[in-house]
Amino acid sequence: MSAAADSRPPAAGESTLRERLASWLDQRVGWRQLMSVALDEPIPGGARWAYVFGSGLLFVFINQIVTGVFLALYYVPSADHAQTTVAFIQKQVTMGSFVRSLHAYGSSVMVLLLMLHLAQTYVYGAYKGRRELLWLMGCFLLLLVMGMAFTGYLLPWDQKAYFATAVGTNIASEVPWIGGFLKLLLRGGSEMGTLTLSRFFMLHVFLIPAGIFAAVASHLFLFRRAGAAGPPRPAAELRQLPAETFFPGQVFKDFVFGIGLIVMLGALAWQRPVSLGPVANPADATYLPRPEWYYLPVFQFIKYFQGAAAVLGIVVIPGVVVLALFALPFLDRSPERRPLRRPVAVGSLLLVLAALVFLGVQSGVQDRRDPAVRAKLEAQEEAERAYAKQPFSPEENLGPSAGGGAAAAAPAALSPDAAKGALLFESEGCSGCHGAQGHGGGGLVALANLGKRFPEPQLTAMLHAPRPDMLQGGMQPVQLKSEDMQALVAFLLAPQRDTAPPVP
Amino acid sequence: MGVVTTPHGGGEDGGGDVPPAHPGSEAIGPLVPSTRRSFFGVLVGAISAVVGALMAVPLVRFALDPVLHRGGGADWFALGSHGELAAAAAAEPVRAEVSFRRVDGWRATTVKQTVWVTLGAKGGLVVLSGTCPHLGCVALWHGDRGRFVCPCHNGNFDRHGERLSGPPPRGLDPLPVKVEDGKLWVKYQYYRGLVADREVIG
Repeated sequence: MSAAADSRPPAAGESTLRERLASWLDQRVGWRQLMSVALDEPIPGGARWAYVFGSGLLFVFINQIVTGVFLALYYVPSADHAQTTVAFIQKQVTMGSFVRSLHAYGSSVMVLLLMLHLAQTYVYGAYKGRRELLWLMGCFLLLLVMGMAFTGYLLPWDQKAYFATAVGTNIASEVPWIGGFLKLLLRGGSEMGTLTLSRFFMLHVFLIPAGIFAAVASHLFLFRRAGAAGPPRPAAELRQLPAETFFPGQVFKDFVFGIGLIVMLGALAWQRPVSLGPVANPADATYLPRPEWYYLPVFQFIKYFQGAAAVLGIVVIPGVVVLALFALPFLDRSPERRPLRRPVAVGSLLLVLAALVFLGVQSGVQDRRDPAVRAKLEAQEEAERAYAKQPFSPEENLGPSAGGGAAAAAPAALSPDAAKGALLFESEGCSGCHGAQGHGGGGLVALANLGKRFPEPQLTAMLHAPRPDMLQGGMQPVQLKSEDMQALVAFLLAPQRDTAPPVP
Repeated sequence: MGVVTTPHGGGEDGGGDVPPAHPGSEAIGPLVPSTRRSFFGVLVGAISAVVGALMAVPLVRFALDPVLHRGGGADWFALGSHGELAAAAAAEPVRAEVSFRRVDGWRATTVKQTVWVTLGAKGGLVVLSGTCPHLGCVALWHGDRGRFVCPCHNGNFDRHGERLSGPPPRGLDPLPVKVEDGKLWVKYQYYRGLVADREVIG
């Protein structure tokens, strides 16, 4: 039928049914031209493995979309169900642990590939030559992907998710003038809670993905508009190099890389599934949060800025670095692309990368060097492993009379004063030598049954002026405001402190 | 298509009157004609299909989990003293509420269902599911007429649960029972509706 409608006489090769169907479709869709636009893009200097990172990002992003959509089959974004539903996925649903691991590891691979893509573009000087908007869109995508990583981290609502995000959102309050408002906006209130989870879910599942779709489309459009940059050679040399079309050479390299990434992700998710900790307990003042590896450098960096200087480390310096990254094609106007002829540009990239690696490593080294921190972090990991071994138990909704299991099992709450003291016990570093809640363990000095051994005034006096044997053991005189001292003593004497297990 | 050369686009400010194909690109050398296009096309397609299928298996199993792994049945529920129920059921069927824990995905809920303790057609006590095998309404005992009547579509059953008239395809469904410690225990089951043969579905 199509041949009859076609005004052209059918060519010799077009006589088969398949050819006729292809022509019929082409007249209506124009796919031949679309394919040509997609595949015949010339690449100066030909295909190279150095160019695969952008396509690799697309492959892993598709993995994130597909696994994310499937995870949404069982996930509920509410503080009282989120961790249960993730535990259900992890422990009960067929292949649940695998699908969740694909998604979780995928986020790390996204960040890693982004770094490689950015570094390659930077070193090759591929942001030059009217590619400012292309570069800007790429930087914007970098922020969006980091936003995905940050918002997704909270969703399991286990201990580490909760406390890492509590710290992360606290950072927002350091922003001058609007910091307080920003933190309220992010959290949906002054404290972390179910509204925070709803907000992060909305950002992670609707708003940021929509932004990524739009930005990826613009990025690709601008890339095709500018054309592939090719190897970092002067224009005159580049003109002599033979060019190759995108297909098949580069497509094949991109494809091998992308499939390799997916296979590697699958093997990793299969061999070492990600873990899930016990449900977030906001009352746990002793939990030591640590962010995912890609936020560790920032986490470590902030440690060096105390008091009024905090704003420098949290806002000013990272802000300047990000701004410089965005402004790069406007700052660096020289057409020179060879890395060795751009010592300042390439040098600063190496410097920033070295600083990031140093900070990340330093964070781990410090954690291992401090015995109390190390013991605490190991205890937290142990608690997570123990939780992972327990079989899944569904959330019980057995009618209005049945009490909630978790609430019934929780020990009696501390008085407000003692609760404040518990925070001081952590912030003053007492737990460094006495363990979480003063329970000792791991060679630390336990503070047991103080309520039965010392009256309040005597304990207060001992804290102000420790006994010689205590000083010998490394005890420092405690110097606190009188009401803080009162709170600390109330915590130390509280019988709940002795009966409650050390919080995992 | 042969060798294609693009005019030099001008690195910085060379935007002339006629824009080149890629205004941003500095220079493009002679285009090498590509070869083995269909071979690579088939290769990419084949590998995509294999890896796609490999990834689809876990995802489909993930999505079908509630379909492939239905929850276990209900626990035994004590209805009451066997002797007292037998005496009462000898006069007329006794209505009882069975409550049991049902695991619903990641949560567990209490479900209540109506059962009837009555005399079996062959003697002895039987416990009938109150759920009408037609469309699932609860059949009620009408003492004056000496029969169970489903209020939805007027299905009629005798006191042993056998079908008398109306749209239901079979009689009321008997549930597994046991007598232990002098008590009558029942295990609630769901049956497929609208079919003549009984089939337990959960």
